[in-house]
Amino acid sequence: MNEILFFDSTLRDGSHAVAHQLTVENIRDYCAEIDSAGVYTVIVGHGNGLGASSLQVGLSGLTDHQMLTTARSQLKKTRLGVFLIPGFGTIKDDLAPALEIGVDLVCVAAHCTEADVTRQHIEYVRSKGKEAFGILMMQHMTTKERLLEEALKMQEYGALGVILMDSAGASLPDLVTENIGRLVKGTNVKVGFHAHNNLGMAIANSFAAIKAGAMIIDGTLRGFGAGAGNCQMEVLAGCLNKAGIETELDLYKLMDVSEHIATTMMTKAQEITSIGLISGLAGVFSGFATKVKVAAERFGVDPRDIFMELGKRKVVAGQEDFITDVAIELAEQKNEKAKNQDLSF
Amino acid sequence: MKKIKVGILGTGNIGSDLLIKVQRSKFLECGIFAGRNPRSEGIKRAKILGVRTSCDSVEAIKNNPDCCDIVFDATSAKVHFHNASILEKMGKYIIDLTPSQVGKMCVPVINMAECLDVKNVNLVTCGGQSVIPIAYAIMKVHPETEYIEIVASISSKSAGPGTRVNIDEFTQTTRDSILSFTGVPKAKALIILNPAEPPVLMHNTIYATIKNPKIERLSSEIKAMVKKIQQYVPGYKLKLGPVAENNRVTTMIEVVGLGDYLPQYSGNLDIITCAAVKIAEEYANNKLLKIKV
Repeated sequence: MNEILFFDSTLRDGSHAVAHQLTVENIRDYCAEIDSAGVYTVIVGHGNGLGASSLQVGLSGLTDHQMLTTARSQLKKTRLGVFLIPGFGTIKDDLAPALEIGVDLVCVAAHCTEADVTRQHIEYVRSKGKEAFGILMMQHMTTKERLLEEALKMQEYGALGVILMDSAGASLPDLVTENIGRLVKGTNVKVGFHAHNNLGMAIANSFAAIKAGAMIIDGTLRGFGAGAGNCQMEVLAGCLNKAGIETELDLYKLMDVSEHIATTMMTKAQEITSIGLISGLAGVFSGFATKVKVAAERFGVDPRDIFMELGKRKVVAGQEDFITDVAIELAEQKNEKAKNQDLSF
Repeated sequence: MKKIKVGILGTGNIGSDLLIKVQRSKFLECGIFAGRNPRSEGIKRAKILGVRTSCDSVEAIKNNPDCCDIVFDATSAKVHFHNASILEKMGKYIIDLTPSQVGKMCVPVINMAECLDVKNVNLVTCGGQSVIPIAYAIMKVHPETEYIEIVASISSKSAGPGTRVNIDEFTQTTRDSILSFTGVPKAKALIILNPAEPPVLMHNTIYATIKNPKIERLSSEIKAMVKKIQQYVPGYKLKLGPVAENNRVTTMIEVVGLGDYLPQYSGNLDIITCAAVKIAEEYANNKLLKIKV
């Protein structure tokens, strides 16, 4: 049967929302319950994936090893997945040890125009007999033709599917329909979509992706995730039920895990704040939000201006060091303006 | 004044950039510019410049041993393994710009003197050339530094197919070389390709975890190091810092290329070709002095 595969990123993207401080209990309890909910894989780790715990993007409370062994001990039916961005984690230091622990599936992610950096890692995972999927991040930043070109590279390396990630939550449903449709037509692998909710479109975009032929949907319970959060999976499951689209998902089970476990991990309700909205409009990765707020306060500038400027500079995930740069420049411009005003009589 | 002859293997961006730098040198001249691809733009350009070229790569040197004393290898890690054995037997001084890790790792500002007596010198990675000196300066002031992390951000356009397909070695080698050059107990390297248009300059951030950092001393040590590097990489700049926040010291570096063969945004490639020429000149200078004596 040709069913939609659901990738559950609650324990990976959700890490962003708690500054990568998920606990062993969080991971254990979540995995124990979600195992029977019908998701294809549970992806676990630091928000930026394997080997990403760093001063640059945030130190993780637990090591990759602690997180993965905890999840592994609970998952019986569901595949244990990890996320890896080449340039962050390496095969020797991170990927090989993860496979050793018993990871079944690896999502190898690159910026939407840089698929060729995923070759070594996808080929490595496939050579070890595990499942590899390619992820093209910040899908709003390029054309559908280019997305197809990059997806075909991942297909050639051995990826079983290619997932478009709307990292900044900057897409509207029409764009998703077009991009997913192009990949479904042009590739021989499963095509997927990973939404963010900055513009309130995560469910609508995931729905549009399915209508356009996507066979993989990546989401999180409660929408727990970076910035404005992700596609709230139990809500999507409900919508699919209503639309008469059959899936493996157990709606009540998802609701229960969402109510009783996801909420215990969250330090605040997942909502679209002004910062979330502005990062979506600027087309900047929402994982930047915390650092933007800190820099805005430190240098006395409007965080919205920082986001719009970062958007102009087309920053990509991992370039958090540019935030300080931009904040300082904006502060200087502000001072310059104030000075000029003082001088004008 | 007499010059020492060099051979350049690899006619891509790095080889072509090296050629321009060699032609400007007071101590070096290009004896052979060799690759495999007869249609290479680099070969065409070298011919126009009146440089002797060949499409037989390392065999061109093997069949004509007097064409050079020093060989720059700008091919690929895999090809270098083959080239190294041939050239070492011939007694050539090899400066390897691939991430092969065959020769002795060299960052000129730190250990050039001890690299002039070996047969084969390896230039780590462009990220390594840029950040290791700063990490080294930090460790000099604070040998108790617990952790160093570097972020090398380079423009997508300046990362050729070789870099992309070897991104894993690039990341790993950069990290490993921070450990071996500085002795810090724990290190991490993050490599980011930035697709922004127009292309961004090479931008590096160095974080260090230090209890009670002495920021004044760090600052003067780092500034002195930057000055030393600027002697052979003029576009190497201290962009920010060092600044301390809690127990974290942040330093940012920007590298503007000379714009010789590659545009200015390609500081990442320039920093490694400048280092290579610096080592070759030092070697050549020693050799010329010996001739005079």
